[in-house]
Amino acid sequence: MKARVQVMLKDGVLDPQGEAVRHALGAMGFGGIEGVRQGKIIELDLADGVTYADVTEMCEKLLANTVIESYAIEMA
Amino acid sequence: MHVAVIVFPGSNCDRDLAVAFREAGAKVSMVWHKDDALPEGVDIVGVPGGFSYGDYLRCGAIAAQSPVCGAVREHAARGGFVIGICNGFQVLTETQMLPGALLRNAGLKYICKTVGLNVATADSVFTSGYGEGAQIAIPIAHHDGNYYADAETVARLEGEGRVAFRYVENPNGSVADIAGILSENRRVLGMMPHPERAADAGHGGTDGAAMFRALADSLATA
Repeated sequence: MKARVQVMLKDGVLDPQGEAVRHALGAMGFGGIEGVRQGKIIELDLADGVTYADVTEMCEKLLANTVIESYAIEMA
Repeated sequence: MHVAVIVFPGSNCDRDLAVAFREAGAKVSMVWHKDDALPEGVDIVGVPGGFSYGDYLRCGAIAAQSPVCGAVREHAARGGFVIGICNGFQVLTETQMLPGALLRNAGLKYICKTVGLNVATADSVFTSGYGEGAQIAIPIAHHDGNYYADAETVARLEGEGRVAFRYVENPNGSVADIAGILSENRRVLGMMPHPERAADAGHGGTDGAAMFRALADSLATA
């Protein structure tokens, strides 16, 4: 089984990298981009028996810094 | 004063920090990240700058989970002193020994230069060697030094006088120009600037030396 963890800066936390990407896209002539947020995807290969609750604990303790980041977990 | 300087894979200011403490008269023990205990009789732990574990995942995140950090947490919980500089500050926020987090610099650039700092409180062993409101010159060298905390946390830090240093000219986007903060018991300091890089005439500045001297004076008999 795999878990896919998406980590994003929380709303309200300035994302200067996303802003730089937005500026670059604008400079390239792409219009209509009102905001860019950059995050990361962490894929975990899991042995049988590892639960959603286990992955949640991993996110809380290491994969995300919940002071500044939110996370979303997909299990498949 | 007995100092434990923590060494992570990727630390690069550990020896500079040890030199600055020794110059102030301290006994220094270097402690490897895999050790799960500090040497007997340690008064203060120094968490140095660098790129612990290659800054993988987030700056300081992996270091915060290392065996030695459990011992550092226990040391602080017993009322022990801790100073985290640069990557060390990032480690202390990741362990939640200090509130907030260090984000990528607002200008996205790595900044390496000497900056002016205002001493925002003299009420700590770290800052007692400076007068409140004193301006000192200390180098910064970081890519992720943009201090962030939510409004409530910042208000609490301000209300409790726990902002130790502020940038005279904010180089990195830090909220409220914060360059360093203290824990609730004022015994844990985290700061992005490097006092150990301004502790000897050969460094081009000596404004950092007063911090190590003040620590040595306060903790001489502790």
